[in-house]
Amino acid sequence: MARNSLQLNLRIALRLLLSKRRAMLMSLAGIVFGVALLIVMLAQTSGFEGFFIRTILGTNGALRVQDRFQETVTSMVAADEDAGDTFEVALREGQTYVQGIQNPRQVLEGIFAFDSVVDASPVLRGPVQVTSGFRSEEGRLHGIDAASYLAVSDLDRQIVSGSLDDFGVQPDGIILGSVLADRLGLRVGDPVLLRGAQEQRRFRLVAIFESGIELVDRVHFYAHMREARLVLNEFDSVSYIQVTLDDPDRAPEIAAHMSQVLGYHVASWQARERSWLEVFRALKLSSAISMTTILVIAGLGMFNTLAIIVMERAREIAILRSFGYSRRDILSIFLLQGILVYVAGTLLGWLSAAVLTRIIESIPIRIRGIFSTDHFIMHWSFNHYLIAAAIAFVVVITAALIPARRASLVEPGAVVRGTSG
Amino acid sequence: MEAARQPVVRVRGLHRWLGEGETRVHVLRGLDIDLEAARTIAVVGPSGCGKSTLLYLLGLLDLPDDGSIHFGERRVDNANEETRTRLRGAEIGFVFQFHFLLAEFTAAENVMLPMLKLGRRSPGEARAAAEDLLDSVGLRGKADRRGNQLSGGEQQRVAVARALANDPRLILADEPTGNLDRGNSEALFGLLRELAREKGQTTLVVTHNPELAARCDQTLSMLDGRFVED
Repeated sequence: MARNSLQLNLRIALRLLLSKRRAMLMSLAGIVFGVALLIVMLAQTSGFEGFFIRTILGTNGALRVQDRFQETVTSMVAADEDAGDTFEVALREGQTYVQGIQNPRQVLEGIFAFDSVVDASPVLRGPVQVTSGFRSEEGRLHGIDAASYLAVSDLDRQIVSGSLDDFGVQPDGIILGSVLADRLGLRVGDPVLLRGAQEQRRFRLVAIFESGIELVDRVHFYAHMREARLVLNEFDSVSYIQVTLDDPDRAPEIAAHMSQVLGYHVASWQARERSWLEVFRALKLSSAISMTTILVIAGLGMFNTLAIIVMERAREIAILRSFGYSRRDILSIFLLQGILVYVAGTLLGWLSAAVLTRIIESIPIRIRGIFSTDHFIMHWSFNHYLIAAAIAFVVVITAALIPARRASLVEPGAVVRGTSG
Repeated sequence: MEAARQPVVRVRGLHRWLGEGETRVHVLRGLDIDLEAARTIAVVGPSGCGKSTLLYLLGLLDLPDDGSIHFGERRVDNANEETRTRLRGAEIGFVFQFHFLLAEFTAAENVMLPMLKLGRRSPGEARAAAEDLLDSVGLRGKADRRGNQLSGGEQQRVAVARALANDPRLILADEPTGNLDRGNSEALFGLLRELAREKGQTTLVVTHNPELAARCDQTLSMLDGRFVED
């Protein structure tokens, strides 16, 4: 019975809707446009944000264990006059900043005790002058253990020239960032002189990497840990330990826990890249607001059309009420008109969004700076489609509900009385 | 015989005010009326005397301020909205001065709408019944024409067929021929009366037309919200 009633109401709704074909098509177009653009904007901002995050994780890892503040405690001898005993009172004077990790082996053991840790690799870092045959540049030498470092980074995927295999077999091999190599006019196979504070050593360029992050590509370069220790004159400690996690989104809570357990400062990627992530968040929000505005305007158009239908069809509403249609039926007939437009608008909007996304991601665009890409990066996510559908639903149903409610409140007696001669 | 005399509708002490504040008017002033089965009753009177207001109250489209309305033994004036809606669909058929057909629907579909809403007939049965009703009002060949493809007289005949769709006990007609020429008026009224008599339905017609009133079984004259002797 209820199903029959719904079918009947749906039939009436469809006919009433088609009676205002042009106005409804305008509203439908607005919803299609709004839904499609909202999805495309979400796909684009999420695409770039996701790519940035992948670049960051691939270059600097999810967590970095580095440095610590050490409590400085002194004691004072005190005497109990009655008992004649003496005792010590600990006095907390403050904290001392300790750079790097002095006991990397133990800290690594502590890190691997966390279930969520996938891999960890120690890195020794220090400022070094890099000299080619023609010129010198200041850079940051990263001494790594190749096997473990590849497990916590995307260095293998970032190689644009040369080979990591050569790095593995050449103790004096060095990998330079693409910008640094360009500045020094170096090519794979060229000799390079690294000059530390006290030591200088000759290396051979075996590979060039490009992370896409301007700062990294201009300053970073990698050598084997043993060679780096010699250049930097640092034989025990490491600068930091780079860590990958099974779920990078949980990095902040794991960092806090790890910091508490290890006594070292542990920085999550979210904390390190907070400013960029805020930029992406603001972009995403402003795009969503702009696109939602289009949907709201489409909703206003629909509200207008439905309100006109209610006004023009008051007599038909009255006659429907006179032969047994309840207020709820009338409400349903007008809400269903909104729902029909919503369903058609959302499905067409989804389809348009998919087509637009496919087209946009093939558009060439060269971006270097915070990441490296040669085309638009679009993130395909069904969640974007659900979000757009949910926003459109709220807008359309709100727009339909007001006239629908008004229609349901039509007093048939008053309407018919107004038309009788 | 006792059952036959039982009125289909019994009204006692019906009062209705319309308007607000200074414009508030006492439209119906304590009406009593019994409508018996299979009779056609005309209500006549000058404009504003309360004829249509009475019709809307009997049709449960409006609420009285005082008094009672019974359908058979059942008091209906104080029924809730849902019950009143259901009773309108099942027990009452309306014919108004304007046909109020849904222009997007064909003649047959307009007649089927009350049937499908009541849910006593399947769509197929409703279609057959609608065609029979359209046949009885002389429109069988035009069942699939939309409202705006019919003449004024034909549209009003569809409205009569629609009023009869659920075999109501009571048919309420408010100036049903008000928009028709003389020939169409007489034909339509004759049709309404004949069909109602055939099915034993009670018909109450509000009209300004004394000739139509004269053809009814009973005529009630109204003046200032009361029934008066002619």
